Amino acid sequence: MIEADAVAAALGALRHTDPPALDDKLFTGWLTAPSRIGAVFVAFTPLGVQFVRSTDAFDSDPGAFAQAYRQRFARPLRPADRAPAGLLPVLSGRRGPTPPLDLSGLSEFERNVLAATRTIPTGETRPYGWVASEAGNPHAVRAAASVLARNPVPLLVPCHRVVRADGAVGRYLFGTEHKENLLRGENTNLDDVAALARRGVHYVGSDTTGIVCFPTCHHARRITPAHRAGFATVADAVAAGYRPCRSCRPVIT
Amino acid sequence: MAVPQIVETPTGDQTEEHLRLGLIVDLDIGFAAVVRCYGRVVYSVALRLAAAPADAEDLAAEAFLRAFRALRGYDAARIRELRVRPWLLTILRNTARNAARDAARRPGPPPAFEPPELAVAGPSPEQRIESELAQREWGRLLRLLPEAQRVAVVLRHVEDLPISEIAQILGCREGTAKSHVSRGLARLRSLLADTEPPGGQR
Repeated sequence: MIEADAVAAALGALRHTDPPALDDKLFTGWLTAPSRIGAVFVAFTPLGVQFVRSTDAFDSDPGAFAQAYRQRFARPLRPADRAPAGLLPVLSGRRGPTPPLDLSGLSEFERNVLAATRTIPTGETRPYGWVASEAGNPHAVRAAASVLARNPVPLLVPCHRVVRADGAVGRYLFGTEHKENLLRGENTNLDDVAALARRGVHYVGSDTTGIVCFPTCHHARRITPAHRAGFATVADAVAAGYRPCRSCRPVIT
Repeated sequence: MAVPQIVETPTGDQTEEHLRLGLIVDLDIGFAAVVRCYGRVVYSVALRLAAAPADAEDLAAEAFLRAFRALRGYDAARIRELRVRPWLLTILRNTARNAARDAARRPGPPPAFEPPELAVAGPSPEQRIESELAQREWGRLLRLLPEAQRVAVVLRHVEDLPISEIAQILGCREGTAKSHVSRGLARLRSLLADTEPPGGQR
């Protein structure tokens, strides 16, 4: 028979004395960084960047940002001394790989909307309906727009490249003015789009290739004026013998 | 066994008072202090409550996150009444029970192979292996106890917590907590008698 003391002593030896660093699992780091729309607060977990907001929205008060973060993510925050690799160049608009993102708290539809938005190339735009359909639910246009209005990681997921179907720039979580500046800064042909929209043209085709694009598509912008054909809808273009571009993938409605 | 130099924070009333004040003044900074102070005990108990040792870190982190979420809704008066350590361990116990229940509902993948951690310094490999074997065997035996007895034995004999605190964590009277401890120990002894004593002769 084993003595009681021996059992108790053996149990005492099970006491773990060297715990792993739980801090890294629990705490989200935050810092302030310069960006194309001015200074932003950035919060990031070990998985990736989780939240980006302009400091203006909180009157540059980190406490207010922390409050908003906690409200949304229910995790503790601590100041970080260095940004995740690749964050600063992307925020300042230089081309390069986007740092990893932590989108773990989002629904599948929200993640799909953000994933679709990430595929829009620099210098181009897409309507909200296109994002909804790329996200797998063509009817959820308003839902897609509200996901983007709450985009946790603007600039990193370029929701400023999603515009209204009528050619207007539409709203932006940092304000319409910032949206237009960002798009012009990316050399998007906003003025051409507006001029076409005034004539009721929302898609541009080439009569040499027989392909129809969004007007901001880099293929559309190469079409010389003599071969340029304008359409109000993709269906009109298809009826005229055109096929949708495989790069910008206009949706037949 | 490798016992690195650790600073064991005194868990007296004074520490608790400091932690409570910290939480009231600034939730984030106060919570960081709570994690520093009680991270060891929460992880150590999680090692005994998790289905597998590899899950202990996730379990401890999940319990702390739940605690943080609860704290967000507490006002200063509520925090002032909080006994932080038993409160955290109660959350840990509930988190472990939920995880066990969820795991029972949908069986997960087979347990992953756990590579032994690399020794940096300290005891020889043989000693390490022996102590690891003993640890694993004791962990296995503890897992055979009914949940309340296991929690009671771990808190009393592994972590050396007072009976009053154990009763609070188990949500029972002190007499009941004591009987959970002694029945758990008795069961461990009979389990031991059935098997070879772990870690060689004792």
